[in-house]
Amino acid sequence: MATNSARLLALLSTMQRIRAFEETAMAGHAAGEVPGPLHPSIGQEAVAAGVCANLRVDDRLTSNHRGHGHALAKGADAARMMLELYGRAGGSCGGKGGSMHIADFSVGMLGANGVVSGGIPIAVGAAQGLQLLGSDAIVCCMFGDGAINRGPFLEGLNWAALYRLPVLFVCEDNGVAAFTATASVTAGPGVAARAESLGVPAVAVDGNDAAAVDAATAALVATIRAGGGPRLLHARTYRLTGHTSTDAATWRATDEVAAARENDPIARLESVLRAEGVAQPALDALRDDALREMSALRAHANAAPWPDPASAFADVIGENA
Amino acid sequence: MPHVTLAEATRLAVLQEMRRDPRIWVLGEDVARGGLFGQYRGFLEEFGPRRIVSTPISESTIMGAGLGAALVGTRPIIEMRIFDFVMCAMDELVNQIAKIRYMFGGQARPAVVVRMPHGIWRNSAAQHSQMLEGWFAHLPGVIVCCPSTPADAAATMVSAIRSDDPVLVFDPKNLWGATGDVPDEIAPLEFGRARHLRHGDALTMVSWSACAPLAEEAADALAAQGIRVDLLDLRTLAPWDEEAVAASVARTGRLLVAHEAVVTAGFGAEVVARMAERLPGTRARRLGFPKVPVPFAPPLEDALKVTPARIIAAAREMLA
Ligand SMILES: Cc1ncc(C[n+]2csc(CCOP(=O)(O)OP(=O)(O)O)c2C)c(N)n1
Repeated sequence: MATNSARLLALLSTMQRIRAFEETAMAGHAAGEVPGPLHPSIGQEAVAAGVCANLRVDDRLTSNHRGHGHALAKGADAARMMLELYGRAGGSCGGKGGSMHIADFSVGMLGANGVVSGGIPIAVGAAQGLQLLGSDAIVCCMFGDGAINRGPFLEGLNWAALYRLPVLFVCEDNGVAAFTATASVTAGPGVAARAESLGVPAVAVDGNDAAAVDAATAALVATIRAGGGPRLLHARTYRLTGHTSTDAATWRATDEVAAARENDPIARLESVLRAEGVAQPALDALRDDALREMSALRAHANAAPWPDPASAFADVIGENA
Repeated sequence: MPHVTLAEATRLAVLQEMRRDPRIWVLGEDVARGGLFGQYRGFLEEFGPRRIVSTPISESTIMGAGLGAALVGTRPIIEMRIFDFVMCAMDELVNQIAKIRYMFGGQARPAVVVRMPHGIWRNSAAQHSQMLEGWFAHLPGVIVCCPSTPADAAATMVSAIRSDDPVLVFDPKNLWGATGDVPDEIAPLEFGRARHLRHGDALTMVSWSACAPLAEEAADALAAQGIRVDLLDLRTLAPWDEEAVAASVARTGRLLVAHEAVVTAGFGAEVVARMAERLPGTRARRLGFPKVPVPFAPPLEDALKVTPARIIAAAREMLA
């Protein structure tokens, strides 16, 4: 098999795992098993997969409220993530964070974030710290199109450009901020122009084209790692679900959703692979494997013990761990 | 043993620590020129622009970048210039720094020092004279330090820098020029240990930060009148030395807390409430600013703030 197909298959596998993880967790939520709401990224998987395929384990990642895919693509342990969504012992954060605060420092995943744009200052600081330590690791900072209207976006990009920090900013632009069309609340020519005006060169990419995201990211990461300073990737995509697991998204125009379904990044990548000669059963196997893996994790999480109530007092301050 | 100002004492402490550990660095506005109060004088020359980083006026990112840098293993000192500007970095401090260790199940300990010179600063008015340390004492996940002497300020800095927890240091702005001895080798101070300033049985007096020297003055004036009070400078509010205060109040039965901050829901309320729970029957009183922003004109400022005379009057009333 051509190396290109192998790389695309790896991307597809990541995307199928993200899709299966979230669909399974959504089913768990609907069944009353998952205590809090989820922010699914269904439809946006090509961004997470294409970007993170170009990161090393020691590269760091900051994410946002819609971060399951980012964490999985960065290599976070899916079993521990599912346990965390269920609030069970052994979860990524011991049941203290839940869906919106998944972190896995063992793979450089410095955390999802419940505050829009909250990860931006953290990412630039992590990059500054790595620079001080003489590391050649870089930091990838994922945020949505809604984040570009908050102050930390302006501050963080200016800062990263000023100190020539190794940061890849990724604006995962799904066209909405919660329930509002971002274009209806955003003046000016958009995220890439804003970045350029602050001295951060920006590249736009079709965020539903995994191969294109992968290729664009590869070039940007090479520049950043070589000391070229920060870059921004603007990836246009579409959120196929509502804002959270409790939002059926009935507020959205049906023809818009139908068109978006035609543009599903997983279906698109599958058709590219078919054109490269990969047989359908091999593609189906990736989806089936992912679904099997995640439904086993769901059953495992649903049967797992709750955290010891005494642990509620641990890890606040001092040595009380 | 150098005899220095409080600002210089903290400079010596940070200098000592930065020479010891290359992971320590400072970020904030104007720190390369020595900081607003000379507390980083000469640092740029010794440590260079990667460890003494003069930043844009971007408080959210000063705070948040400090956090990010701590998460990859450096030990930043986050300089807020003066306390009041932390209001522009509250998300990064309250939602991020204070939460990250707990929320992520102990995967990370954000070892940051946040310096916030605070308190009434003669004729600086409402946006440059606040004393909201009580807000942060209320917040889980941070250590809150309010030193009042050069020696304590220096020792506080050393402890703060060496701590693996986020430590908020409220440098007392109005006391930058206060002088005192600082040891050649500055040792850390134990968080949550009050300093016993005066010993007596008439009444327990508790204070901290810029109010502590006023309480000291009041205690001495009372002593001259034959009234010996037990005076404690808390030095840290989270954790705070409940045991030392309780031991004193158990002897005196009377508790007077004096702080610069607004009385209503100030940290004095916590001290009094705890003692009321532990030692029912305690006669207690709080002294602080009325619930009014700090005004500009000298007679207006003077009309509202705690003074030694007001502390003396309150103590005498409690003893009457
Ligand atoms: C500072 C802040 N304001 C508001 C919210 C509530 N909120 C959560 S997600 C969201 C929309 C964010 O839009 P975007 O970043 O584009 O991500 P999307 O949800 O569209 O994927 C909002 C407003 C928040 N979490 N943080």
